[in-house]
Amino acid sequence: MTSTTVHRVIPAAIAALLTASACAAPASTTAVSPVAAQVSASAPATAPASAPASVPATPAAAPLSVSDPWVKTAHSGMSAAFGTLVNTTGEAITVVGASTPVSPSVELHEVTGDAGATTMRRKQGGIVIPAGGRHVLEPGGDHIMLMDVRTPVEPGAEVPFTLTLKDGRTVSFTAVAKDFAGGNESYAPHG
Amino acid sequence: MGERENSMGRRLTRRGLLAGGAAAAAAAACAPVSAVPAARGAAAGPAPLPGGDAVEPFHGVHQAGIATPPQTFGVFAGFDLRPGTDRAALIRLMRLLTDDARRLTRGEPALADTDAELALLPARLTVTFGFGAGLFEAAGAEGLAPKPLRAFKGDALQPRWSGGDLLLQVCADDRVTLAHALRVLVKDARSFATVRWTQHGFRQSPQVRAPGTTQRNLMGQLDGTVNPTPGSPDFERAVWVRDGWLRGGSTLVLRRIRMDLEKWDAADRTAKEFSVGRRLDNGAPLTGQAETDEPDFAALGPSGLPVISEFAHIRRVRTADPGQRILRRAYNYEDGLSPEGRPDAGLLFASYQADVDRQFVPIQARMAEMDLLNQWITAIGSAVFAVPPGCAADGWIGETLLS
Repeated sequence: MTSTTVHRVIPAAIAALLTASACAAPASTTAVSPVAAQVSASAPATAPASAPASVPATPAAAPLSVSDPWVKTAHSGMSAAFGTLVNTTGEAITVVGASTPVSPSVELHEVTGDAGATTMRRKQGGIVIPAGGRHVLEPGGDHIMLMDVRTPVEPGAEVPFTLTLKDGRTVSFTAVAKDFAGGNESYAPHG
Repeated sequence: MGERENSMGRRLTRRGLLAGGAAAAAAAACAPVSAVPAARGAAAGPAPLPGGDAVEPFHGVHQAGIATPPQTFGVFAGFDLRPGTDRAALIRLMRLLTDDARRLTRGEPALADTDAELALLPARLTVTFGFGAGLFEAAGAEGLAPKPLRAFKGDALQPRWSGGDLLLQVCADDRVTLAHALRVLVKDARSFATVRWTQHGFRQSPQVRAPGTTQRNLMGQLDGTVNPTPGSPDFERAVWVRDGWLRGGSTLVLRRIRMDLEKWDAADRTAKEFSVGRRLDNGAPLTGQAETDEPDFAALGPSGLPVISEFAHIRRVRTADPGQRILRRAYNYEDGLSPEGRPDAGLLFASYQADVDRQFVPIQARMAEMDLLNQWITAIGSAVFAVPPGCAADGWIGETLLS
């Protein structure tokens, strides 16, 4: 499994990216801080050197990047992966599936319900990221659900993931495993 | 263009993160400049003061937190590695901790940070890592481990304040920022290690005493007068290791030195000054007028005895060659009162040097042999760590040893 997309784009770089894509007014220039410029310049150093086999383009041209990806540690059973999906194209993108070698079954989930009584369930129709926009996967919100962890996910491990887009393209990224107490919503598979 | 824009850019980044939506970030980015403070106020509270927003760079040849002007608050946390934490696990641990440190020191939440708002005021946060002998053993690199200190006369070392396989030194000008950073780091460390000790310290803050001036310790002494100056050739020679895996790194000796403040109260001012060889008011040597005056160790008083006693602290710990001195980056500690109102107080004596045996040990040996100050102070904790070099933006602390 090759890791492909720019997987450690730091938040400042995303902000710069958003700013650039969200508005063309001169004001946007002002908002891109020297700090942001500096850190985004360092991003390529963390990107994989080789172009992915599954994405027929350079990483810079990948339709979707995943920033700050992480996955909850687990020895077995369920776990979840999070991060920010950034659509680098001018058209909406729909993520319809995800996979990882550590769990044969992976689903895209959403969390619904009132505070204190949340339930997660399969996200119908996949996750749509608007043109030039982003979509946050986070505990208590949409996430990539690992249904059956077979290979223990140890803290600090780099876990490969592949997202499948509606048009059949795939985007790979690597999530770092973190010990995390939350994200324990009850699961209602048919909810 | 400068600080204001810089600061705005960072605020935007953090707010965007917290808002969790492209719309919020985009709206803020496109808003007229005059509207930004209001938006900021709504999302992340009032604009930070310069002290809260201040960033100490994490990446570089050296780790931050050594040459960095000491922050107001510091915590030293010593860890014991869990059985089975091998080299591969250590790599995972150090990559996690490095990532936490690089984000938090920028004023950004760590990955999976459950209290992201607490990360937004870095307040010159630094995170400095040290490796104890046990870590080298776990990594299969025993030959590179720092040697333990030999026992010194007068030491009353307690295991609860001594040793440790891994050290985190976390410093900031804000105590809340510090608490959050330590919490984040410990949450990522505890699968690999257990906490052996935690030592909290404090100094006079930059708001009350100009940075670069000598601090007072809890005995009222100006403490650290003869310290190498960051950036000077003497500092470079005294602090940084020049070759091997530790090139660009340093070593840390951390001693917990208890002060008997009750007994110190019983001494009169003349005795206090005589024991150290300096005046209490301005720190001048007893043979001089100003703090930075060179002591005249040959000067004799009316009785024919040396003005600065043969047993005075500054004579005992004197190192003639400035490049062989130690960097003291000490913090006071005060851990509450006994029922009788006696403080548990002292100094977290953090000594950085390129070579423990060549620099720290001779000073400590002379002091242990005889020093009038020993009447009031006792080392009750001691630990030695190798302090790895810093890392580049895509690197991690410890890579020159572990990878």
